[in-house]
Amino acid sequence: MPDVIRVEQLERTYHLGSVDVPALRGIDFAIPQGQMVAIMGPSGSGKSTLLNLLGCLDRPSGGRYLLAGEDVGRKSDDQLAEVRNARIGFVFQNYNLLPQLTALENVELPLVYRGLSAAARRRRAEGALESVGLADRGHHRPLELSGGQQQRVGIARALAGQPDVILADEPTGNLDSASGEEVLRLFLELHRSGRTIVVVTHDDDVSHYTERTIHLRDGVVVSDDPVPPELRRGLDERGAS
Amino acid sequence: MLRESLRMAWRSLVAGKLRAFLTMLGIIIGVGAVIALISIGQAATSSVTSQVQALGSNLITVSPIRSAGVVLYPQDAQWLTQVVPQISQDAPLLTGSVTALYGSKTWSTTLMGTTPPSLGIQGRKLAEGRYLIPSDVTFRRQVAVLGQTVVQNLFGGQNPVGKTIEANGTPLVVVGVLQPSGGSFGANQDDVILTPVTTAEEIAGTTQISAIIAEAKSAAIAPLAVAQIEAVMNHRFDSQNAANVTSQDQILSTLSTITGTLTMMLGGIAGISLLVGGIGIMNIMLVTVTERTREIGLRKAIGAKRRAILLQFLVESSILSLIGGAIGALLGTAGASVLAGALGWHGGVNTGAVVLALVFSLAVGMVFGIWPAMRASRLDPIEALRQG
Repeated sequence: MPDVIRVEQLERTYHLGSVDVPALRGIDFAIPQGQMVAIMGPSGSGKSTLLNLLGCLDRPSGGRYLLAGEDVGRKSDDQLAEVRNARIGFVFQNYNLLPQLTALENVELPLVYRGLSAAARRRRAEGALESVGLADRGHHRPLELSGGQQQRVGIARALAGQPDVILADEPTGNLDSASGEEVLRLFLELHRSGRTIVVVTHDDDVSHYTERTIHLRDGVVVSDDPVPPELRRGLDERGAS
Repeated sequence: MLRESLRMAWRSLVAGKLRAFLTMLGIIIGVGAVIALISIGQAATSSVTSQVQALGSNLITVSPIRSAGVVLYPQDAQWLTQVVPQISQDAPLLTGSVTALYGSKTWSTTLMGTTPPSLGIQGRKLAEGRYLIPSDVTFRRQVAVLGQTVVQNLFGGQNPVGKTIEANGTPLVVVGVLQPSGGSFGANQDDVILTPVTTAEEIAGTTQISAIIAEAKSAAIAPLAVAQIEAVMNHRFDSQNAANVTSQDQILSTLSTITGTLTMMLGGIAGISLLVGGIGIMNIMLVTVTERTREIGLRKAIGAKRRAILLQFLVESSILSLIGGAIGALLGTAGASVLAGALGWHGGVNTGAVVLALVFSLAVGMVFGIWPAMRASRLDPIEALRQG
């Protein structure tokens, strides 16, 4: 399997006035296509910084970041916007759906910026909504949907652009445990169909749905291990929490 | 991309209808005021112009300056025609206030003693009967030609020809009636009793005339005639400034300068309100950008380039101002027509002003929208997503 994501000695330092604050101090890992990975760590460990870098929202101060084999570290803002549009599907903790748009229109949004025709957008957005089980909710506005449903619309939006990797930032953080589990099982299904998924979380339960956990602390990787089989959650099990 | 921007901008405007309307109100009022005031100003200009032109073309008025000791008598009119070759004819005007009496009705009006050429010089026309003739002047006949206002007030609209009225006790036989002058500029030209200048001398108890009216041989020669009249008057009365000599042309150009300046001033004041409206749009757009920081962050995260965000907000402010401009143009046009109709002015709405106001309002939306839009497009998606 080729690596979708490869970071080599990745560094990110923030300049606060005259003080340099290193948030990432040289990180190495690779995520092969089709893997589902959890990135964990306490607050201040650098996981948000890493997420921003992996999501091409930020540029590294040092090292390299290869996304689908392409070095994205030196691209301009607009080039990064293109990369995000084509290769990355974001799932946010607070969903970030636009309230004035319907679910379907929210899912279409990345395709608008890709310049697809209205008909092609509609077709793909409908397919994405169907794959998250919300085909019948396309014309509802976000506020007419439950939290779990809103997050599934968010996932459909991430899927619509057929990205190389889905980046989820605490995707269950705002959900009760039942809807949270629903969302995680959806991720599992997507994983099973071959999607590469990176979940950033501080919740051990969430990490048990993945096959690999990367722990960060103080800007470095402190552990990078497969999830032990006895902790793994699969599609055929019901969650205990 | 532009079509998508239009759609998105429209959606967010519809989502906040009240705010959008209130924001537009500034532009509505600004554009409406510009169009209404410029249209009204131009209608006033053309109305005044046509009224002045109705007073007779090539008309030159010579008013002696009494404070300079200059006094003119009826016979000076004949003298003026002889010494100034640029004028074809002239007539004296001897004016006085009189109370006219017919039956039980009385009416205070202006008595104007003159000679037959005055009809043509002033561009007046007869409605009934005849005008003054030379023998009326020669024989001091007690005859009168009445303006419409006098006819209305003494005869209630009946034909007065052949009836006898009294002016300050002097009986006058009505021989003719003037047509309405068609203009109300300055003194009412219809509230007048015209008699032979010789008769007027007796009624008014004076032989001093208030003015000589003269007709230049052509409009082109009028300025020369004015200069010539000034020269002969100053020479005769040995004065630097013996008389006020004004031609219709001068009055017209003075008037159109005044009304033009007024129109520009009104338009300028209205333009300021358009500017204020533009600042209102900028203000609201800045608030909108701040409120929608997260939306902007999300749009950027999923692949919107700077240009797309810039366009979206620019289109939004442009739609606001353009719709506001269109509504304002409609209201301004309606307002101007109603007002012009009420005042009986012609000319109505100036299409140039409408087009200009629309273009200007669009420009206002773009100029005042560009800064908020640029702020939006420059937002860092990480910061923007973190908010709220």
